[in-house]
Amino acid sequence: MGKTATRDPILIRWGLTFLALIFLTLFLALPLLTVLVEAFAKGWAAYQRALSQDDTLAAVRLTLLVALIAVPLNVIFGLAASWAIAKFDFRGKSLLVSLIELPLSVSPVISGLIYVLLFGLQGWLGPWLADHDLKVIFAVPGIVLATVFVTFPFVARELIPLMEEQGREEEEAALTLGASGWRTFWLITLPNVRWGLLYGVLLCNARAMGEFGAVSVVSGHIRGLTNTMPLHVEILYNEYDFVGAFAVASLLAILALVTLAAKTALEWWHRDELVATGR
Amino acid sequence: MTVTALLPLRRTRVAASVIPGFGLTLGYSLLALSLIVLLPLAALLLKAAGTGLDQWVRILTDHRVLSALWLSFGGALAAALINTVFGLLVAWVLVRYPFPGRKLVDAFVDLPFALPTAVAGIALTSLYAGNGWLGRILVPLGIKVAFTPVGVVVAMVFIGLPFVVRTVEPVLQDVDLELEEAAASLGADRLQTFWRVILPAIGPSLLTGFSLALARGVGEYGSVIFIAGNLPGISEIAPLLIITKLEQYDYVGATAIATLMLLISFSLLLAVNLLQKWRRSRMGG
Repeated sequence: MGKTATRDPILIRWGLTFLALIFLTLFLALPLLTVLVEAFAKGWAAYQRALSQDDTLAAVRLTLLVALIAVPLNVIFGLAASWAIAKFDFRGKSLLVSLIELPLSVSPVISGLIYVLLFGLQGWLGPWLADHDLKVIFAVPGIVLATVFVTFPFVARELIPLMEEQGREEEEAALTLGASGWRTFWLITLPNVRWGLLYGVLLCNARAMGEFGAVSVVSGHIRGLTNTMPLHVEILYNEYDFVGAFAVASLLAILALVTLAAKTALEWWHRDELVATGR
Repeated sequence: MTVTALLPLRRTRVAASVIPGFGLTLGYSLLALSLIVLLPLAALLLKAAGTGLDQWVRILTDHRVLSALWLSFGGALAAALINTVFGLLVAWVLVRYPFPGRKLVDAFVDLPFALPTAVAGIALTSLYAGNGWLGRILVPLGIKVAFTPVGVVVAMVFIGLPFVVRTVEPVLQDVDLELEEAAASLGADRLQTFWRVILPAIGPSLLTGFSLALARGVGEYGSVIFIAGNLPGISEIAPLLIITKLEQYDYVGATAIATLMLLISFSLLLAVNLLQKWRRSRMGG
């Protein structure tokens, strides 16, 4: 009876599969499809026109700039933190890991608020910044900081379990044979974790370019200056420029699909060199 | 701050390793963690600590604040429960019932992780608005989703789903088929096997997925504000009220709501963690 005992009747199998697919269609596929349909609702020319506006182009440039600063910062942090955590034993390690993951459970709006309380005009450092003519809140530095905060754990949490799993023998062997620390890192550790690093970078970048709540609080929504792509989507939408809003949204949706495809390809072809996939 | 933080982190096995860079990498990690995460969060708590008791009482008895908190936590709870049921269903189908295109569907489940929340927000709104694909069917039936609290729950279901699927799926893959066979040979039918054998095995992961989806829903902003309608006292979520208070330069009010949200969220996550620990210790080795 072995096999039949754990196999459900065909009606139940089909019924449940159908129900699951209906649910996924309603909640995931339809929203994605809507974005593309609405973006092209008035044709290709209107779509192109919407994307070639100056404010839209400025938003695209700012989003790229912010990701270009935030992602490398979190790569450096992720590499440093995972090296310290995976290659050495020290007390308080699990506390450190929990603290690194803290931003994941903070509301995006609160992630923005904390920087306003620190750097805003009424904030702790506000008067000092104003005296020195420095602007953080309602300017690009604030947007970068809020983005770094919300994406802070993304690279580290892919690398830490991966490096822990790989152990220390290879590094110890290289060092014993006379390689320098840097050489060992570049030639042994980095190649070992390259797919995990790429995986973390993909997720980090998707979130950095798509972050809305945290950036919304610190940006000030100045068109052409402090508007990222997601914020520009909101402004256009609230002005009833639906083609414009969905055109910019379609670019972000394409980014999401490319991210998903690349992430899935990594999971299919390099599953052995990734741990903690998903989540 | 950094110095005191360093003390419990001293290395416990100094001579055993030839690997260099402990001081550099740990020092840099702690510096970045302190500057980006800990100090700004401390600024929030400090501001909250400086708020007088009478102000706390005034803010937290305000009808608008209470209903916003109620909507954020209640909506997130409803969405997390829906996601627990349907997330389990999706995970079950993906693991147990092979069908063509299963791998693609499996990858597609992560869409809410990758799609920016503002994009999800305007897409859901146009779907459920009176002239949208789903609104056209639902509104004549008297079911209003867009611009009501129901819309808030719908958006929270969207962003929470992958948390449940992704935590349950690997555990479901590891459930021992022999246990199910044993249950069947002892006379249990499939439903009994599911309740008595499978559910206890995947229960902890289901609870973890539920709490992650709940935590995400409570703090969610981008995907919710477009579909919510944002009527104060009815469909206004707590994160939006924080932003409204900030725009009115009511920093004390914004801080109080934010602190309360953080405290409740962390207590919930801690409670779930403790529950899991207690369960593990009761189950024994």
